[in-house]
Amino acid sequence: MSKVHVSTTVNGEAVEFLADTRDSLLDSLRDSLGLTGTKEGCGTGDCGACSVVVDGTLVCSCLMLGVEAQGKQIETIEGMANGDALHPLQRKFIEHAALQCGFCTPGILVASKALLEKNPDPSEEEVRYWLAGNLCRCTGYDKIIRAVMDAAEEMRGAA
Amino acid sequence: MNYHNPSNFSDAARIARDASGVTRFLAGGTDVLVQMRAGAVTPDDIIDIKNIPGVDAITRTADGGFIIGAAVSGAQMGADADLVSAWPGVVEGMELVGSTQVQGRATLAGNLCNGSPAADSVPGLIAAGATAQIVSADGVRDIAIEDIPAGPGRSNLVKGEVIASITLPARGQGGGDAYLRFTPRTEMDIAVVGCAINLTIEGDVITSARVALGAVAPTVVLVPEAADAIIGTTLDDAAIAALMNVVSAAAKPISDKRGTAEFRKDVVGVLAKRVAKIAYARAKGEAV
Repeated sequence: MSKVHVSTTVNGEAVEFLADTRDSLLDSLRDSLGLTGTKEGCGTGDCGACSVVVDGTLVCSCLMLGVEAQGKQIETIEGMANGDALHPLQRKFIEHAALQCGFCTPGILVASKALLEKNPDPSEEEVRYWLAGNLCRCTGYDKIIRAVMDAAEEMRGAA
Repeated sequence: MNYHNPSNFSDAARIARDASGVTRFLAGGTDVLVQMRAGAVTPDDIIDIKNIPGVDAITRTADGGFIIGAAVSGAQMGADADLVSAWPGVVEGMELVGSTQVQGRATLAGNLCNGSPAADSVPGLIAAGATAQIVSADGVRDIAIEDIPAGPGRSNLVKGEVIASITLPARGQGGGDAYLRFTPRTEMDIAVVGCAINLTIEGDVITSARVALGAVAPTVVLVPEAADAIIGTTLDDAAIAALMNVVSAAAKPISDKRGTAEFRKDVVGVLAKRVAKIAYARAKGEAV
């Protein structure tokens, strides 16, 4: 199987990889680039564990081919903290204990960040609808929603 | 699997025509990649149309209609205030497809070509009288949306044909459309029944209408007799009762894990009543 050379930008850094044409972007991120923060849950776009942002749009990286990343700007969970300083969403998830096993957490953080960039003051209902494609089997969602609302409030205050 | 990245639709169609194995066009990929993952489809050639200039744009026709490129996502449609204002029923149908993540990629043309009888965006397109521009190596033709679905997972497009864009007509005065579906959950679900109605009024009287039903037949279906039940009326109780009877009779659903045939025949009437009222209110300029 011939591989395709892909040049792209991940978390602001220019990277290159060789993609089997069948690889999803998720496969390329995890297996070619070693960025294993993005998780594979269902592999079929139902669970949101593989959420990343591509050219400013929140997507499931399992529903995009690695070769489609050519020339794109990709943001993953690895780019969320600023060095050792956690993003407010990450801090609030810890404060509110908005995770148990943690498998869904990277996807939910990436999705929540995308929401707050689009809408800094969402209602609880808007947060719940936005995150409807991010499944969590541990928390029952309540703590996640509270953490996102609290982070949004702090980020509005800081802005 | 060969990955093709053509720069125009003629080339895309030619690649498909000349391919000897299994071919898939790739727009949003939210169905194609799921099928690949499940092993249901193993393409030999995948033809990515997203790098064709203009394919991700919503443009206006000279008479005020909309041309929606084959790679325009649901999220883009929802962000286009003119489109939402003119065709709210079309947009609300598309926006019911999948999650926020899926909305970032999924397309009208893809939802149509996937061929699901429960496709949420298709009834609204059919009710609106939308057309698809089909490109092949032989040229370009426009075809009504209702002529494309052939059965579950099948379309009437042939090898070497590709949808380049979908055209919505000008909304004009006194028009309104709406789409509702029944699902047990509010999000991330597949329609048990869907119904879209597009109508125009003069004064209080409905002068034209189109009614399309989803998930009650092997394809999304246009039901002219349902439109006839409300044309010439003010959507009074008698007209609504007639509409409910007609759509229920027109529905030929199956029973499956998401609902029985009997349930679907009942619910399609209830949805048609609600959708007609929303479309009528929108036609009168009320915010619904």
